[in-house]
Amino acid sequence: MSAYRAIILILVVLTGPAAAVAQVRPPVSVGSKTFTESVILGEIAVRLVRQAGGEPHHRKELGGTRILFNALLNGDIDIYPEYTGTISEEILSGQNLTDEASIRTALARQGVRMSGSLGFNNTYALGMKKARAAQLGIDKISDLVHHPDLKFGFSNEFMDRNDGWPSLRLRYGLPQTHVRGLDHDIAYRGLENEAIDVMDLYATDAEIQYYDLKILTDDRHHFRDYDAVWLYRDDLVDRLPRIVAVMQTLEGKISASEMARLNKRAKLDKVPEGQVAAEFLARELEIESRSEPINVYDSLWNTTRDHLSMVVKSMTAAILLAIPLGIWAAKKRRAAQPILGVVGIIQTIPALALLVIIMSMIKPLKPLGIESLGEHPAVVALFLYSLLPIVRNTYAGLHEIPEHIRESAVALGLPPAVRLWRIELPIASRMILSGIKTAVVINIGFATLGALIGAGGYGQPILTGIRLDDLGLILQGAIPAAVLALVAQFLFELSERVLVPKGLRMTKM
Amino acid sequence: MAGATTATILRTGRNRAPLLTCHSFQKSCDYLNLHGSARRVFYAGMFLLQNIARSFGAVHAVGPLDVEFEAGRTSVLIGPSGCGKSTLLRLMMGLVAPDDGTVQFEGTVLTSKNAMLLRRRMGYVIQDGGLFPHLTARRNITVMARYLKWDQDRIDRRVKELAALTRFPESALTRYPAQLSGGQRQRVSLMRALMLDPDVLLLDEPLGALDPMIRSELQDELRQIFRALNKTVVMVTHDLAEAGLFGDTILLMRSGDFVQKGTLAELVRTPADPFVSRFVNAQRGPLEVLGDEPA
Repeated sequence: MSAYRAIILILVVLTGPAAAVAQVRPPVSVGSKTFTESVILGEIAVRLVRQAGGEPHHRKELGGTRILFNALLNGDIDIYPEYTGTISEEILSGQNLTDEASIRTALARQGVRMSGSLGFNNTYALGMKKARAAQLGIDKISDLVHHPDLKFGFSNEFMDRNDGWPSLRLRYGLPQTHVRGLDHDIAYRGLENEAIDVMDLYATDAEIQYYDLKILTDDRHHFRDYDAVWLYRDDLVDRLPRIVAVMQTLEGKISASEMARLNKRAKLDKVPEGQVAAEFLARELEIESRSEPINVYDSLWNTTRDHLSMVVKSMTAAILLAIPLGIWAAKKRRAAQPILGVVGIIQTIPALALLVIIMSMIKPLKPLGIESLGEHPAVVALFLYSLLPIVRNTYAGLHEIPEHIRESAVALGLPPAVRLWRIELPIASRMILSGIKTAVVINIGFATLGALIGAGGYGQPILTGIRLDDLGLILQGAIPAAVLALVAQFLFELSERVLVPKGLRMTKM
Repeated sequence: MAGATTATILRTGRNRAPLLTCHSFQKSCDYLNLHGSARRVFYAGMFLLQNIARSFGAVHAVGPLDVEFEAGRTSVLIGPSGCGKSTLLRLMMGLVAPDDGTVQFEGTVLTSKNAMLLRRRMGYVIQDGGLFPHLTARRNITVMARYLKWDQDRIDRRVKELAALTRFPESALTRYPAQLSGGQRQRVSLMRALMLDPDVLLLDEPLGALDPMIRSELQDELRQIFRALNKTVVMVTHDLAEAGLFGDTILLMRSGDFVQKGTLAELVRTPADPFVSRFVNAQRGPLEVLGDEPA
């Protein structure tokens, strides 16, 4: 990417400013969330940007509202589809904004603009299997009060949202205690095999029809409107003035039934989102666009490259820091507990939370070319997760060297650095190497989560596969990740033969 | 006694040139008042410990005591477990810092700063050899010489010499410690200690982990080696017979202090107190056991 930018820059310099204005399309980064509707809208945005003269890049399937909105504020993405209810309840929560004008003003203060509605209201709803609802005589949400034993399965975001489960429960006085958070797409399967009875839905979900679900009437009007809109950065208009006009042509053009149809095309008919978007735009707005066919080998190569890049970068950094830290901990009694404690605590931070913390922490580094979305925060998170096994094993390996051997080196009159390098580290090498091996295997697994913040890798097909309920796609990510972990393990076992001194391999220490 | 000291080359320690030669170990000769200050003459391999004391937490280990280890002689520290004999040796190596008092090696007060350089003039052998498991016997022996960038010829010559001295088969030099027998490991450890031709050898129960046959074989060999080398030797053991075999002087310790210094004969015949008698009598040999029964 940076090489690409550099080439463009060179072209700009060579061809002169006039030519540059004519030829260089300003790069625009489009974001989308991990559900199909958002990805389709993202693909639509990609085509609108291109129509407006920009060079779009789609960072799709980013893991959550917070991540996307922060990325928008940071300028890591320029535009993404959002819902008005989410904006007022989540992004601007606590400000109690109800009307559109005050939302616009609040967003403008952060340098963000909101388009008009795309035409559909994708509100939250509760749904259950039609047959089960009929059997229990449930028609509206307030009917649930009489069935305290029903099992609820809600998407994790719904569990925490201000307008989600906590306030819904209070509003309706719902007595159910079997309530668990799970992935939205997995919840459908939960309904199907009766692991849960009730789940949260989006009004435009393609699955409502497919799974034959009943939407329970929101008889106390708890859920707000979730009109779909574009959120975009102020400065996008400066870079791409035509974008506003192009966006306006789409306003009001997507009805709820149209959106449900598009969702179904992508999710149930397995038509690629890009093609779904292209077909819709061609039909409604007569915008013709190409949608590149996806080649399995190309995408496998791309995910492998992204995955390896994350693993190699984070592991290199982790090894370079963790071994000195482990040495420090082993050498200075007072340093040991703080060092082992801190790297241990890092390990207990949930992955998504760590990613969000890192994204906000590296935000100020933007002038240095460090992005708070994509590979950079993913590498930082993987780096942090990889520290513990290496630090702990380095510490343990050095600590376990028998006192008489350590002291013999002192007694010879070897200086501390030479003792460490020639005697102690070689003796601890097997332990250190096995710490690195553990870290690599964990790292390869964790790196699949990088896809949640747009870093690509094997997590990308897994995320898409879960979203589209496509086992083949899930395996396209899961199998190479497992193979990579096995290959790494094998390589490390080979390297032990080279790196662990021969004399140690015959000693039982 | 006098022969041993005068034969030793005088080394210039902190006091630069020797001022006068001291022919015997007598108090009257210890200090020479010259230029208005008390000066001391030190010989290579000579240790002087003054008012030395060390505790580990609440556990009193050594001292306060004064002792001098004469150059060119073999002294044996003996006593029951926990009497402080190993700690004393470790104080002399600077592996343990004294709470109080000083250790002077060849006229230089041992400090944490100079200990590393001074240790290169001491050889140290411990019970289980302390060999580095990741290095071959040869590399164990030469680790220090290689660090000091000796040229390869000099290293090879010295290793050959030492292998001959300790009767260690040269073909076994390429083996790792795990491939060596206990006796061989101690020979390697001794070669490593002798590599830089140190002025003193400090040995902490060097034969303690060996079985009796090999032990007695090595005892004989070690004694010959010490004689041949004519170095200052301080050795820790708990075996009185071994002490008698090696030691010009035996220093019997109890609770961190000396109970008696002397030859084996003196300890046996003129014990300083009942503890010495008890200690001597406790070391019963097999013949003595048989002697209890009518022959």
